[in-house]
Amino acid sequence: MGKHGKKQETSTHIISALVLNNPGVLQRIAGLFSRRGYNISSITVGTTETPNMARMTIVVKGDDKILEQVVKQLNKLIEVIKVSDLDVNKCVKRELCLIKIHTPDESSKSQVIQYTNVFRGKIVDISHESLTVEITGSSDKIDAFIDLVRTFGIKEMARTGLTALMRGSKVLKPRK
Amino acid sequence: MRGAEAFIKALEYEGVKVIFGYPGGALLPFYDALYDSDLIHILTRHEQGAAHAADGYARASGKVGVCVGTSGPGATNLVTGVATAYADSSPVIAITGQVPTRLIGNDAFQEIDALGIFMPIVKHNFQIRRSKDIPATVRAAFEIAKTGRPGPVHIDLPKDVQEEEFDIESNPIPAKVDLPGYKPTLKGHPKQIKMAAKAIMAAERPVIIAGGGVNISNATEELLKLAELCGIPVCTTLMGKGSFPEDHPLSLGMVGMHGTKPANYAVSECDLLIAIGCRFSDRITGDISSFAPYAKIIHIDIDPAEIGKNIDVDIPIVGDAKLVLKDIIACLLKSCGTDGKGLNNQNREGWLRYLESLKRSNIPKMDYEDIPIKPQRIVKELMNVIQELKLKDRFIVTTDVGQNQMWMAHYFKVHLPRTFISSGGLGTMGFGLPAAIGAKIARPESKVVCVTGDGGFMMNIQELATIADYGIPVVICIFDNRTLGMVYQWQNLFYGGRQCNVTFGESPDFVKVAKGYGIEAQRVTDPKDIKEVLREALLSDEPYLIDFVIDPSEGLPMVPPGGKLKNIIEPVRAPPRERIPSFQEIKRKLLGETREKGLSKDGPQEMGTPVERETY
Ligand SMILES: Cc1ncc(C[n+]2csc(CCOP(=O)(O)OP(=O)(O)O)c2C)c(N)n1
Ligand SMILES: [Mg+2]
Repeated sequence: MGKHGKKQETSTHIISALVLNNPGVLQRIAGLFSRRGYNISSITVGTTETPNMARMTIVVKGDDKILEQVVKQLNKLIEVIKVSDLDVNKCVKRELCLIKIHTPDESSKSQVIQYTNVFRGKIVDISHESLTVEITGSSDKIDAFIDLVRTFGIKEMARTGLTALMRGSKVLKPRK
Repeated sequence: MRGAEAFIKALEYEGVKVIFGYPGGALLPFYDALYDSDLIHILTRHEQGAAHAADGYARASGKVGVCVGTSGPGATNLVTGVATAYADSSPVIAITGQVPTRLIGNDAFQEIDALGIFMPIVKHNFQIRRSKDIPATVRAAFEIAKTGRPGPVHIDLPKDVQEEEFDIESNPIPAKVDLPGYKPTLKGHPKQIKMAAKAIMAAERPVIIAGGGVNISNATEELLKLAELCGIPVCTTLMGKGSFPEDHPLSLGMVGMHGTKPANYAVSECDLLIAIGCRFSDRITGDISSFAPYAKIIHIDIDPAEIGKNIDVDIPIVGDAKLVLKDIIACLLKSCGTDGKGLNNQNREGWLRYLESLKRSNIPKMDYEDIPIKPQRIVKELMNVIQELKLKDRFIVTTDVGQNQMWMAHYFKVHLPRTFISSGGLGTMGFGLPAAIGAKIARPESKVVCVTGDGGFMMNIQELATIADYGIPVVICIFDNRTLGMVYQWQNLFYGGRQCNVTFGESPDFVKVAKGYGIEAQRVTDPKDIKEVLREALLSDEPYLIDFVIDPSEGLPMVPPGGKLKNIIEPVRAPPRERIPSFQEIKRKLLGETREKGLSKDGPQEMGTPVERETY
């Protein structure tokens, strides 16, 4: 075996990208990932402090070599202003999740309310049959909550995927 | 001013003189504006021809080539040509008509998602939705196409935007475009340059691989200087042909799957590999785990994503090849005195002697007397005629794809950049003929020869009409083996000679076809006639087709895909055995089988399971 093409370990990375908010930019980025066979775990897009720019937070699994390629290929896109592979330990990460839980009686309702309080979640909707809970936090925390309420029966659920910013005063800035 | 007029003004502002295209409903305003313009428009006979011609124009001239096609089928016909340009980093602007904006998304007549279709095969693309955006968009498109690592840019232009009036005074063509996400790195990092210079001085067995990037960045002079200064042998990729004179003592020819033995051995044994403007495709590296196993690798490329993509490198340098080589040379001279003494590392003499002896013992045989003709003989005669007619510095060859291309790449010696034009990355059959049109338009003073296979020639044979109507004097040399030679060779080598759908029959008579188009043509079957006919064709100032009837069993030495570069195997010289069934036989089989199964003639047909096999 020579020196090229060795296998490396895979891990989860959070890519933060500032992009021009043009029509088609999402397709361009999604297309890049599918064409090159990179695995997206989640992708979130939203506006930023600058009107014509959007921020994308992309969670990808891969080894260091793949991640290097992901960042380089993203950088090649004309509408991508700046890309960073965030240091998982030096950024704040949040995900939001809405869960509609089957709660046909008072006891199940009060239990779910209790759990929700422990997880600092919110009850955002209530009906005879169900409670809808909003949970925000790390993906682990959301996973744990889902696990906990699974026994009641989850009627419906929506997770936003992770979004993140670097800690401290550092920001992602366009190159000069 | 109407949008279409503004668009043409914007093209003229970029210095465009010629465009290649084909009109249609969604382009009527565009062609109407062209009516009043001085732009030369070459009407090809298929949009694919237009795209390849624009690409050939770009490759021969270094300028941006422009092609146009209408919405829907016009756009999809451009796709192969644009993808070809993308794979070889060629600056092409592809313009497509589009249905009016109010109809977009309604599945209107000839509507297609051109933006989505072109997206993965262009450096960037735009859809212009307001005519006032035309000047800035065209500016940006050209800027993106020709700078950094060049590549095609696509502009989708809805019909109503072409018709819409707007005030050019308040929306003038901007001198500079604002592209905040686009800043190609041109200068190499000084620290990396120093490291490279140090590695070059220390190396005992260095070799350079020059890729297409050297041609694109006009770095041939610097490459020659570096090689001569330090006594470093040079091999090239297919796209790098012409970046280093192949008659130079330090030239090793092409490296890779169809590379020369000296080149493949040099790369496999070197202790320093300097790769310039090449992307280490699988056609170059073979098995990557055993590629250049003893070498420290310097990789110079303007595209950071190419560095470390396929091969791990020791000294990456992001930058334009010309500037980086200049800096490396300056750095070498600084540390060794301006006379460059001491750069020719004494320990290298053994290495150079070794490669020299490899070269001497591997001079390919080309002067075959056989009938049918051996292709090597044609290549040899072509080189002779070029020399005799003193065409060396005004000669361009385009090739198609397949054996014809690799015979040319392997045996034909190229001396100057942008004179060997071939589809490398995508390997597009049908490229050669329309690319020759583009090359001749780009460099009308040069002699342009298209070397093509019979199969590839038929993929864009309609462009003979373009050549005939405009009287474009290109010389077409068909290496006519009546087979899809390259696939045929692989089947003979790797699939036990089970020749399957790689053989053509007697049709057509290419000489008659050419004459039908009004093009002078000759068939050559005897090697003794090759030279005379080539001379006549090159001296005539008219289009000329030569049908060389060659030996179908002739092949090329090659490294099997994914193999080690030193493992060069000889082709199996197998005669064609495949029989082409007649329609009557096919009909009998079809009807017979349905009866056996007890189905009615119109009943459901069972589809055969496709067999998976590797193609070239
Ligand atoms: C558009 C396209 N279709 C198919 C192929 C696969 N292919 C590569 S070489 C080849 C045979 C080419 O035959 P011909 O043009 O006669 O050239 P030869 O190899 O005989 O010189 C084929 C089918 C290709 N490269 N491009
Ligand atoms: Mg052929």
